[in-house]
Amino acid sequence: MSTWNDPPGGFHPISAPDYLPRAQLAGIQLQRLQSVVSRAYDRQALFRGRMDERGLAPASIASLADIGKLPFTVKSDLRDTYPFGLFASPMEEIVRLHASSGTTGKPIVVAYTQADLDVWSEVMVRTFVACGLHRGDVIQNAYGYGLFTGGLGAHYGAEALGATVIPISGGNTERQLMVMQDFGVTAICCTPSYFLHLIESAKEMKIDFSKLRVGVFGAEPWSDSMRERIQEDSGIRAYDIYGLSEIIGPGVGVECFEQRGLHIFEDHFYPEIIDPETGAVLPDGSEGELVLTTLSKQAMPMIRYRTRDVTTLVSEQCACGRTLRRILRIGRRSDDMFIIRGVNVFPSQVETALLRVEGTLPHYQIVLTRDKGLDQLEVKVEVTPEAFSDEIRKLEALQHQLEASIENILGIRVKITLVGPRSLARSEGKAKRVTDLRNV
Amino acid sequence: MKLQQLSLFLENRPGQLREPCETLAAAGIDLLTMSLADTSNFGILRFIVRDPEAAKKVLEEAGMVVRMTEVVPVEVDNKPGGLARALAAIEDAGLGVEYMYDFGAASSGGKAAIIFRFESPDVALAALSAAGVRVLAMEELLPR
Repeated sequence: MSTWNDPPGGFHPISAPDYLPRAQLAGIQLQRLQSVVSRAYDRQALFRGRMDERGLAPASIASLADIGKLPFTVKSDLRDTYPFGLFASPMEEIVRLHASSGTTGKPIVVAYTQADLDVWSEVMVRTFVACGLHRGDVIQNAYGYGLFTGGLGAHYGAEALGATVIPISGGNTERQLMVMQDFGVTAICCTPSYFLHLIESAKEMKIDFSKLRVGVFGAEPWSDSMRERIQEDSGIRAYDIYGLSEIIGPGVGVECFEQRGLHIFEDHFYPEIIDPETGAVLPDGSEGELVLTTLSKQAMPMIRYRTRDVTTLVSEQCACGRTLRRILRIGRRSDDMFIIRGVNVFPSQVETALLRVEGTLPHYQIVLTRDKGLDQLEVKVEVTPEAFSDEIRKLEALQHQLEASIENILGIRVKITLVGPRSLARSEGKAKRVTDLRNV
Repeated sequence: MKLQQLSLFLENRPGQLREPCETLAAAGIDLLTMSLADTSNFGILRFIVRDPEAAKKVLEEAGMVVRMTEVVPVEVDNKPGGLARALAAIEDAGLGVEYMYDFGAASSGGKAAIIFRFESPDVALAALSAAGVRVLAMEELLPR
């Protein structure tokens, strides 16, 4: 089937903002920035307080560069105001809530008005179009449905695109493969490591996935070498997407056919790169922490949200024709959070879980590995005289208790390994709690 | 008579068993008997020495996690059916055995010694004597 958004040359009308002249885009950005700052000032007590402290008012924003004067928003602000403290719309206008895991068991709640959901669908359509998808494609959405933004975000975007959506959610590899083969799936949304597992299983089970041509992969860190492996092993094109629930969910940025950085949908999400130590704004081309401002969000505007993701903003125009600036693939973070199977985890959450179990075990180390395409979280815990027993079953019970306690907080399966006393490295100053062996 | 048994946590990797043995050797401490319990993830070394307090001290000073537990040395006939008879008496007394191992060095004169770990050693002692099962003293276990 040939459609008007097929290459070469054509694009979906909804993608028009991707190609705006920079000056025109800047005009839209300034107008929206002024409007969202006013909204946040009027409706978010936390933001208004910080503005007042600095002697700033919404009128202080006369140019885009003035954004640098505004206070940052950080993840703990969402926690501290749990659940509804940052809502800038009355409940009658809020039509959706999502949540992600928080460090003390309390999740972070995000809200959407209908207009916010419309923007979300729009940026997801633009995401799929950038990945070369269109009406007629059959999209298997293996992101988790539920409180996590991945599933529903991709779902509504794929529907708005006019593609056929299979809302299969995560897990159950055999069923995923059966559906992929029998429904003639042409595109899949999931984590890259899970896709690697899927194609390995597909080969073992002699599943025909020859119609599959595009993978829309995100929710965990991956590398160019992993992309090469996926593309070579499966014959599809694998695209990296970027998003976070605090901003909207998936749909903040995406790679195009060039696969040289992720275009940020700048008309809705204003990117800056800062020095994570000083907070100073860095020029394009410098590596630093990505800071995002939601330009059109109603229910929960985020002004200068510190993502803690470390990247570089590229302003040279892309060969694809999009004028949107790009970020380079996220390699690391400026804090100690890590992402496993789409779940954001801070070592402090693991610590909290360990300390909940009696016979407190204060020395631990988190080891991340990848086995058969699935990320594994292992926690090595030193045994103490109080926790040690001469009976195997008591030590095994302790192990299971620790596993259950962590699973309870993180919502993912973990493996506890008891290790000898003083066997984990003691570092001076900040303990290095996480060893990432996933080769991403 | 109850004995103090020492147990040690061992990780499942090479060299883990050698280290405590060398530590005990350096302190001139003799292992009278021992048993190793293993799982896929870790092991527990249980052993008996003459002076458990001294052994515990040197091992802890070497940074190991040591636990002291009361165990009961039981005399059985050193012939087919000897252990079975003792176990029948233990079962009839309603005692649960956590684990047990042989005290090889004491096997002489037609008798053998078996170390038992009961959930409650004091209850076990009373029940064993009532059942006519002989519990040994440390002196009887020491090699002559």
